[in-house]
Amino acid sequence: MMLTKSDVTNILDVIIKIIEDNRQYLTDLDAAIGDADHGINLDRGFKAVRDKMTQFLDKDIGTILKNVGMVLVSTVGGASGPLYGTFFMRMGNAVSGKSVLDENDIVAMFEAGLSGIKERGKAQFGDKTMIDAMEPALNELKKALSEGRNLKEAIGAAANAAYNGVLMTKDIAAKKGRASYLGERSIGHQDPGATSAYLMIKTVADYVDKLQQ
Amino acid sequence: MKKLINNPEEVVKEMVTGLLYAYPTYLKKLDNVDVVVRKTSPVEGKVGLVSGGGSGHEPAHAGYVGKGMLDAACLGAVFTSPTPDQIYEAIKAVDGGKGVLLIIKNYTGDVMNFEMAKEMAEMDGIKVSEVIVNDDVAVENSTYTQGRRGIAGTVFVHKIAGAKAEEGAELEEVKEVAEKVIKNLRSMGMAFTPCTVPAAGKPSFTLDEDEIEIGIGIHGEPGTHREKIKSAKEIVAELMDKIVADLPFNDADEVALMVNGLGATPLSELFIANKEVNEYLVGKNINVYKTFVGEYMTSLEMSGFSITLLKLDEELKALLDASADTPAFKQL
Repeated sequence: MMLTKSDVTNILDVIIKIIEDNRQYLTDLDAAIGDADHGINLDRGFKAVRDKMTQFLDKDIGTILKNVGMVLVSTVGGASGPLYGTFFMRMGNAVSGKSVLDENDIVAMFEAGLSGIKERGKAQFGDKTMIDAMEPALNELKKALSEGRNLKEAIGAAANAAYNGVLMTKDIAAKKGRASYLGERSIGHQDPGATSAYLMIKTVADYVDKLQQ
Repeated sequence: MKKLINNPEEVVKEMVTGLLYAYPTYLKKLDNVDVVVRKTSPVEGKVGLVSGGGSGHEPAHAGYVGKGMLDAACLGAVFTSPTPDQIYEAIKAVDGGKGVLLIIKNYTGDVMNFEMAKEMAEMDGIKVSEVIVNDDVAVENSTYTQGRRGIAGTVFVHKIAGAKAEEGAELEEVKEVAEKVIKNLRSMGMAFTPCTVPAAGKPSFTLDEDEIEIGIGIHGEPGTHREKIKSAKEIVAELMDKIVADLPFNDADEVALMVNGLGATPLSELFIANKEVNEYLVGKNINVYKTFVGEYMTSLEMSGFSITLLKLDEELKALLDASADTPAFKQL
């Protein structure tokens, strides 16, 4: 199963919509343990992506993703700007010049994106950040593919793993980000960054699930 | 939400416009980015000082752009750090050939965005150094590697590093004195009421009528714990106990003191707090060399205040006393 360039841009369109729909939800999650702007900031960034996308829509998938990353970095601000910006830029780098993506490309870009986030944020799994959704998703994706399951099933499993990662963030204290200042008080609250990461992964899974192939 | 705004999305843009109308002789704005720089930028032969952060802390940071303090302030969205491209433009605009010092408050987003900008400017061959302010003792017992937040004490870093740069010091020397300030700087704050970020439209946390939040930051984020309301004397004592014990400040130390309002506490109450702080310090035989009472780094309309102590030596005293002329901080 392959993803074409139009699949990628369709997925981006849905992500823009999902972030818009969840703007208040993500902001409310952030209000409990952070500074109440996660949804607002991401929505501002993805709206800018929507506005600027026509400028790079004729390029290859790698260039499109790199441009998405640059728009996010220059419009989101906060911590999620450089983190998601780096994520998309690194994903773009990993699939430079490509017009279709196979399973290996998808794993490679996700891997590159996640390691970019870890470097930029100096965080790891269990710190109550977006990594808590992304890392289990990547691990599950690789595992499912290595077991011979198809891309639909593998991405579906990855989205479930991301969701479990989000639930896990409720039970742990934050070690990174503004929520870390609350220490033990952050326990019981779901991490907004992990939640937005899950929403994006779930969007990809739902899209791939509907593909007729 | 009842606010004097037109549109939540336009708050920063319109605020900057109004700021420039107010201080045309001090400030100019860079094209296409929310960066305010000295009218005379770049100042040849002087290390450039760039700071900034989210908006909503006025008069920080743009209010401190001017002679003896900052060369540029980068204005992020409300309570959101500025973006790397903005900071990069600021660095380029103020580099007078001796390099640029970034004064960053220790928040994940601020550090990441400033560091990305630093990498971009270094690729252009500009010398860039950074210092990270972390004066808030509220989270002193945190085991988290993240470290402490930077709050109102940052204004002392702007002042003293600014004075050093104005003397014509080299980048390394300016950085060194900024780090000396940070090492000797401790603050802590509390809130009576939360604030409302315009784009969010509702308060960032809720407090009962008789509750106060201790150890808050400057972004409407909740503090370390919640208590029942008590007297000004008791509140000051609680904050001072933590601040003084932390460095620690000792008998016969000389300090600069800042009692900083967070946006909605009247000056009368800040002076009451200042009375309590001074009496507390007399009890410890710590001498106040210079006092600043007012709104230096606010948190929108949050009601509450923070206390900052900076332990001084002769060098810091002289630089603190040096003249400064900015919209929000004037000293002859």
